[in-house]
Amino acid sequence: MPTSFSRPAPSGWRKSVRALSAALLASACLSITPVWADPQAGGVLNLVSQPEPPSLMHGLVTHVSSQYVSGKVLQGLLTFDTDLKPQPVLARSWTIAPDGLTYTFDLQEGVRWHDGQPFTADDVLFSFKQFYPQTDTRLAGIFNEFIASIDKTGPLQVVFHLKKPFAPLLSSLGSGLHPIAPKHLYEGTDFRSNPYNLKPVGTGPFVFKEWKRGSYIKLVKNPDYWKKGLPYLDEIVFHVLPDATSRAAAFERNDVQVLRSGDADYADLSRLSALPGVASSDKGYELYAGLAFLQMNLRKPPLDNVKVRQAILYALNRPFIVDNIFFGAGKVAQGTFSSSTPFHDPQLRQYNYDIAKAKALIAESGVDVGKTHIRLLNGEKGGAWERLAEYTKQSLQPLGFKVDVVTSDAATWFQRVSNWDFDLTYNFVFQIGDPYLVTSYLYRSDNIVKTTPFNNVGGYNSPQVDALWNKVADVAPGPERTRLYSELENRLNDDLPLAPIFEMRFPTLYHSQVKNLLQTATSLNESYDSVYLERSAP
Amino acid sequence: MIAFFGYLGGRLGRGLAVIVGVLVLSFLLVRLAPGDPAMLMAGEAGTDDVQYVAKLRHDMGLDQPLAQQLLTWLGQAARLDLGYSYRNQASVWSLIAERLPATLLLMGSGFVLSSLIGVAMGVLAARSQRRRGYLDRLISHTALVLYAMPSFWLALLLILLFSVLLDWLPAFGMASVDTDLHGWALFHDYASHLLLPALSLSFMFLALYVQLTRSAVLEAMGQEYVRTATAKGLKPARILYDHVLRNAFLPVVTFAGMQLGQLASGMLLIEVVYAWPGIGRLLYDALSQRDYPLLLGIFLVISVLVVALNILTDLICRWLDPRISSGS
Repeated sequence: MPTSFSRPAPSGWRKSVRALSAALLASACLSITPVWADPQAGGVLNLVSQPEPPSLMHGLVTHVSSQYVSGKVLQGLLTFDTDLKPQPVLARSWTIAPDGLTYTFDLQEGVRWHDGQPFTADDVLFSFKQFYPQTDTRLAGIFNEFIASIDKTGPLQVVFHLKKPFAPLLSSLGSGLHPIAPKHLYEGTDFRSNPYNLKPVGTGPFVFKEWKRGSYIKLVKNPDYWKKGLPYLDEIVFHVLPDATSRAAAFERNDVQVLRSGDADYADLSRLSALPGVASSDKGYELYAGLAFLQMNLRKPPLDNVKVRQAILYALNRPFIVDNIFFGAGKVAQGTFSSSTPFHDPQLRQYNYDIAKAKALIAESGVDVGKTHIRLLNGEKGGAWERLAEYTKQSLQPLGFKVDVVTSDAATWFQRVSNWDFDLTYNFVFQIGDPYLVTSYLYRSDNIVKTTPFNNVGGYNSPQVDALWNKVADVAPGPERTRLYSELENRLNDDLPLAPIFEMRFPTLYHSQVKNLLQTATSLNESYDSVYLERSAP
Repeated sequence: MIAFFGYLGGRLGRGLAVIVGVLVLSFLLVRLAPGDPAMLMAGEAGTDDVQYVAKLRHDMGLDQPLAQQLLTWLGQAARLDLGYSYRNQASVWSLIAERLPATLLLMGSGFVLSSLIGVAMGVLAARSQRRRGYLDRLISHTALVLYAMPSFWLALLLILLFSVLLDWLPAFGMASVDTDLHGWALFHDYASHLLLPALSLSFMFLALYVQLTRSAVLEAMGQEYVRTATAKGLKPARILYDHVLRNAFLPVVTFAGMQLGQLASGMLLIEVVYAWPGIGRLLYDALSQRDYPLLLGIFLVISVLVVALNILTDLICRWLDPRISSGS
């Protein structure tokens, strides 16, 4: 019988008195109570899944809620440490030929899928030759351009042959985005409607047990996990809790032990992190490197004028936004690329808050910015984003702008931004390591497509920038690539097709009994095979 | 008896017309709202493939003219086929069937709590008022405060008090996870999870019941038949239960029928705050995801429930007051 760390529901006032007495006693004894020094096996970790994931095959759905759950069940070839260096998962090791054209992966031995079938090179081949080319159009585009062939050279060895060097290849093969799909369950099926998307079979430390929609998703320990002795936990239960205040209450009661960034309201973070026995950390999001930005529609005046766009960024007091609207959950953006990554140029010109300079730029532009009303489309991202929209409206008024904040639900926002039906809107991007993999979609002209808000919806079209994106993909990591990225970031910083506002901090709150939680660059979506719950010694 | 069946048939016919009307209106209103389910799904899949979006729209039938989609859906609904939720990869019936029991349990509990306590408090207040007591003012003012409080806010306060501070009751969900409970322990587990959501749902209506019952009882007590009964020497309790309440109940029962419809909308917020796995949350999720088949399926089920309960209310009123007939 697993040991649960969630509290049972006592039934009367006597229990609360008993609980209070126990708490007093516990606090009195805390200094002398020994704790286990080594990882302890057992226990149930209770987490929050919000929103409820649309699918549990995160190779098909880029939803963070899907990655959070199925990252414990499904695994990819590798993951990344906090310095974004690749680390082995299902790939035991890999070698890259000096010319950068051949990547050889040796796979882990003795790995089995949860249904007992052996994991082999065929699964990797199936995933990258059939599954993802059909389901991930962006990866398919990259593979078409760069990959000549993917071959099996042994039951546990796979070789990627490239047409030309592609530096971000390893970044695109991580567990977080592209877990290996079991060939024997997916081959010959419609991948998107395969029933195993809702009851995943993986190679990870936890086996899918039950999904009670609207209530919880339960995973149990994989007794045949390929890392012997792991995992420590008996179960992980993801509770579906739709209300932020209720999530905070559940955390306060220790009904759930971890709150990811966004699970609690920004205004509640300092109170919750000050609770006894609660720890807080920004670690574990290094790969994501989230950047919040003001998207501008460059198709019509006055936003088609670069000086007007620059004036807007000068007029926004971004330290105020970070400190007072997002309660410190961020850092003023230093440029297009996150300053926590090696791709950012630290010498980049900064747009520090300067209202006089903003007014001067508007005057220089010769544009009557008040001639037409500008719609700031506000999506349903939460209270802080609503306050940011109102603040933006107020900040742009002194420059002569007439801004109307248009608030809509998430679906409406999604459609309007996808169809370029906006003037200004706030959005954010996860850089996912190399900017070429995701950030480039916001700028490249071949991504001016009406399907998603997460591409070049502003209509920015610069042949020079397109050429630079193509070059950085081709050049191997080194000084030349750093120079190219610097040139690219400087050009984007001058053109300012979108205004970087702040680098998002993702504070994770957790009860300190949870150990080994934040260890890689994608910690929360990791497999949790080494996570354990610390208990006091009997 | 023939008159009764004629009356029932008429009510059923009108009920059916109301359901069809609600469905047509819901269909059109949902489609008037911006938001494209195919685009949302493609976005979640992280793809900007125009062909994939077009395929999704085709699979969902969204590439058909609106009138054709409406006719197709009405035809399916007539055959009790509510379609398939592509977002959830499940049939609409199965999704609703999974959530409906939780909602009926919460709705039923909220209804019973609000009506029983509300009516009892209303009667108590009315009797106290005739004696110029403080109890009437206490009950009336409490009812007013409960009525004025937004239900979701009250729900949060209850969680903070009974779950976080006192630790008497669970904060969320319908039952404990990972438990092997039977008999009384199982009942206790469900009841402890149910109490706060049911109370939160019932408080607003409880206040209305108090006021409605109080004024109805006071009005009935002033009638001549009560004076006659008193003159005949009947005991006050018998006058109250046999004469006053039977007459005072008519407006209360009518209100109860209306309340059941309002409960369905009130549940949405309560289910969100308490993470209650009911149909209100399913509706909320379906709306935010523009899951049209699921939305319309839920609208259908709620319409049928409300219409059925209204017919039941009419029948109870007819039983309480035989003067009510199909013709008068």
